[in-house]
Amino acid sequence: MVSVGIDIGSTATKAVVFDGMVRGRAVVPTGWEPREAGLRAFREALSSAGLREESVSRVVGTGYGRVSLPFSDQRVTEISCHARGAWYLNPDTRAVIDIGGQDSKVILVSDDGSVSDFIMNDKCAAGTGRFLQVMAGILDLTLDELGSLAASSEPVPLTSMCTVFAESEIIGLLAQGTPKGAIAAGIIDAIARRMEGLVGRLEAHEGITFTGGLATNGSISGVIARRLGLSLHVPEDPQIVGALGAALIGCNA
Amino acid sequence: MIHSETFAEIATLKERNLIALKEAREAGRHAVGTYCLFSPTELILAAGAIPVSLCGTSQKPIPAAEKVLPRNLCPLIKSSYGFAVTDTCPYFHFADFLLAETTCDGKKKMYELLGELKPIHVMQLPQIQDEAALDYWLMEIGRLKTRLEREFGVRITDKALTEAIRLMNEERRSLQALQDVCKAIPSPISGLDLLTVLHNRGFSVDRRAAIELVDRFAAELRQMAAAGISPFTESTPRILLTGVPVGVGSEKLIRIIEESGASVVCLESCGAYKKVEQVREGGDPLRAIAERYLKVPCSCMSPNTGRLELVERLTREFRVDGVVDLTWLGCHTYAVESSVLKKHLQQRTGLPFLQIETDYSESDTGQLKVRVEAFLEIVHRSMKRTA
Repeated sequence: MVSVGIDIGSTATKAVVFDGMVRGRAVVPTGWEPREAGLRAFREALSSAGLREESVSRVVGTGYGRVSLPFSDQRVTEISCHARGAWYLNPDTRAVIDIGGQDSKVILVSDDGSVSDFIMNDKCAAGTGRFLQVMAGILDLTLDELGSLAASSEPVPLTSMCTVFAESEIIGLLAQGTPKGAIAAGIIDAIARRMEGLVGRLEAHEGITFTGGLATNGSISGVIARRLGLSLHVPEDPQIVGALGAALIGCNA
Repeated sequence: MIHSETFAEIATLKERNLIALKEAREAGRHAVGTYCLFSPTELILAAGAIPVSLCGTSQKPIPAAEKVLPRNLCPLIKSSYGFAVTDTCPYFHFADFLLAETTCDGKKKMYELLGELKPIHVMQLPQIQDEAALDYWLMEIGRLKTRLEREFGVRITDKALTEAIRLMNEERRSLQALQDVCKAIPSPISGLDLLTVLHNRGFSVDRRAAIELVDRFAAELRQMAAAGISPFTESTPRILLTGVPVGVGSEKLIRIIEESGASVVCLESCGAYKKVEQVREGGDPLRAIAERYLKVPCSCMSPNTGRLELVERLTREFRVDGVVDLTWLGCHTYAVESSVLKKHLQQRTGLPFLQIETDYSESDTGQLKVRVEAFLEIVHRSMKRTA
């Protein structure tokens, strides 16, 4: 059977076509119309698989926009989908760190790929992709540049975790002539510290898979792993793990 | 919402009681406003006065409160103060004076500010539940007795206290009977409707009438349960909600849980199951009152093993499938205690556990839904495993 998982996140919408193996995929920006983005990702993923809509037997929606997807057969939270997708890609996965656009989470995974516990950051943007994006913007850097600068610099400690205050702190540091690299490293340190708290609360130590948009950035995910002091498994295509999980859940249904 | 005339009667009790309270005040009766389960209602009744619950479960007056109180304080305190300072809580308005206890730092300091608006009597609550604390608490209850006697020009007799204990025990019995109806699988009433009943009946001026009303409603619910009438099915996940006080206006988590397909069958909170323990009858009434009230398993107590035991017992009695622990932002005692409770329940029951930290606003509804739905996905799987 052909199952499609669609993960409508706050920043990007992802779709995966699965029929025993990944046949097709698509990533499109969510923009202001999650419903349109879902439809577009669905069609693009199908065309990349060379399949038509009629051959799809099940569509599973996940992510913040899952409620706005009118044609899904089932809705599952991204927590379950990330666990399932990460476990499929690496059956040694016992925990998932997912840093998304507007939240970050740590998910504990049972040996059957289901969720046994999870924790999410509170409603502020600290420790999320959004936080990183805003900070990179202040430094006038792309995320890639931010990652490579951070990798080669000693971090300056940032004390504010709140996005708005971190912003003014960074402006202050720049005014004092602190090098961009040190600030970039400081920013990633701040995210790692935040994740460390979540990881510690659930006592996740091993078999950790890193998913979500931020993990696609090799330099940033490398720095986060080093700062966390954990070995993180980063899948080849970390951004689509949630959509893959959704498609997998659709197959089993 | 449940179809029942008795429910409709209870749901409109708050408004109707206001008129009764106004008339009683005009006829020369006194009223004492209370905020917390630690307030010994028996003494107020024995003084011939009317105990009234004060408002504090709505987002509405919070902006007004934030003109004075810090923004990162718990919403319960901000709401309570906001109602008082804007004079939008009629119960506050009609109270002769306020009765409060030093349960937490935020409240304790807020009472100092409230004292500028209305006479207030603050009882110094010990934070440990041993013999020495009991002696101290008994002394505090003695001080309250003196204050009430002086304010209202009455003498509080042992006879009046004994009668008040009987009446309050009747009320506790009726409250327990009502909540125990939810032990039925499926429960005949939603957690949201149950909360409405528990919340509104607290504003009654005529306690006997309220007890009769709750008893009548519980009897109706028992009939519904026997006939298999329920908004849920036998396979609906059964959730116990513990943590901070919840009322009408601050019920968003219960709503989200039930909208996500579960049934809140037990509320282990101040206005619900924490309230049902009886006062011992016979012997020195003041001491009996002191004993019962000091035993309340609130997170302001240290240590607070009573809550661990109560929640564990309730998970079995109500045969729940998961536990949700609610913490108001800024409520440190409940927030810290959450990890202790989680560990205890995981060792003793293995039930899925979710902590939610939020306030009264709707700003995080989307995020809360994700958490609650993901939690229910875990609950469903654990139900399948044990089935």
